[in-house]
Amino acid sequence: MSQNFSLFARMNKDLPLSILHELTYEIQVSEVMSPQVSTLPPTISMRDVKNVMRSQRISGVPIVSTEQQKLLGLVSVEDLIRALEQNKLDAAVTEFMATNLITALDEEPVVEALKRLESTGFGRLVVVDKMGNLAGILTKGDIMAGLLRTLEKAYLQVEQLQQDEQSHHFFAALNSDETSLTLRYRVQAGDFVKGGQASSNIKKALQHIGATPQLARRVAIATYEIEINLIIHTDDGGYIVAEVRPTQIKVVAHDDGPGIADVALARQPGYSTASSKAREMGFGAGMGLVNAERCADTLHVWSAWSIGTRVEMTFDVAVQ
Amino acid sequence: MRVNEIAAVIDGEVLVSPAVDIEVEYAFAADLMSDILAFAKPQMLMLTGLINPQTIRTAEMSDIPLILFVRGKRPPELLLNMAQAAGIGILLSVYSMYETSGLLYQAGLSGIGKLTVIQQQ
Repeated sequence: MSQNFSLFARMNKDLPLSILHELTYEIQVSEVMSPQVSTLPPTISMRDVKNVMRSQRISGVPIVSTEQQKLLGLVSVEDLIRALEQNKLDAAVTEFMATNLITALDEEPVVEALKRLESTGFGRLVVVDKMGNLAGILTKGDIMAGLLRTLEKAYLQVEQLQQDEQSHHFFAALNSDETSLTLRYRVQAGDFVKGGQASSNIKKALQHIGATPQLARRVAIATYEIEINLIIHTDDGGYIVAEVRPTQIKVVAHDDGPGIADVALARQPGYSTASSKAREMGFGAGMGLVNAERCADTLHVWSAWSIGTRVEMTFDVAVQ
Repeated sequence: MRVNEIAAVIDGEVLVSPAVDIEVEYAFAADLMSDILAFAKPQMLMLTGLINPQTIRTAEMSDIPLILFVRGKRPPELLLNMAQAAGIGILLSVYSMYETSGLLYQAGLSGIGKLTVIQQQ
């Protein structure tokens, strides 16, 4: 008997033995068998068996008693050939069917059925319940498909677990009708040494609570540009307030003056009124608001000369 | 290109080792921090002749892992400590910005490619 598809043999060679082998002990025959089986009554003739096999393209049919679903035997192509040879196509199926059947119990573990398939070389086993009633048919293909389904289920569970863990990263562990975290910073005018600390701290905070590197970077660069503007342009510095919500981050910078004379002009690339001190520090190229706008999802500037400026930026938190 | 390779190519000095010996894929040279902020990519080497705390901040904000100071400008201890705290590596080159860039480009470290034109005021 050529075993060109010996699942058992392969398991010991190139399939991950432990997992598949364990599964064959865990899974019951009833979980992987085909329960929808065509059956024929014992009264049918071999000629009708031939017609059923041909029309349904099957090579074996269980014969069950009509009153109960009691399994009486199994008729296969081999039996049909014998009937043809003896020219007895009109004989009852009971005369040719095999009655000494190798069966599998629906409640036994797959490994037992697999052993029986391997040792007999049969392509299929008839599955019966404890009462001897027909429950289904089990092939090696069914076992393979059943193992794959179980592995897939396990894989999906692991994936789900990982996803759950990930969602904890960004605020998901905090439950409220409206959750937000507010970070406030005072920015000193002209302080090029400490300047940038607010942005640095906001970036670190975002990284700590699980923002993606892209999001943290976007917010950091935009906030940094605005922070530098407070240092360069204001009389008395200003404030940076970051409000972090699960779906959006809002960064507001406000100061008490002097204000921007022409907001539209200030938003043009290359326009700058920065001091030579600011230029020495590598800023004042007139790209600050342009850069910030590029990083943020929205950016609004309100300003009035001799009153002050308010810059408001929002960043959408992409669904992780 | 990794930090030791870069130092070898420019015959330079590693002043601070980066927190992670990262492989940089591009380099960008500028003295304007705004330009660096505008064009920074992660895993990018930053070449600059500008030495002040904002240089380190700019790299920190932009996820730049390595800064290469050109023209033999050795930064003060304060800046090196800042870089160390931020996990950013610092290198020193005794060549000009032009020559340092040329050596690295010749050794196979690419730039960030063609940029779009932005009309300035």
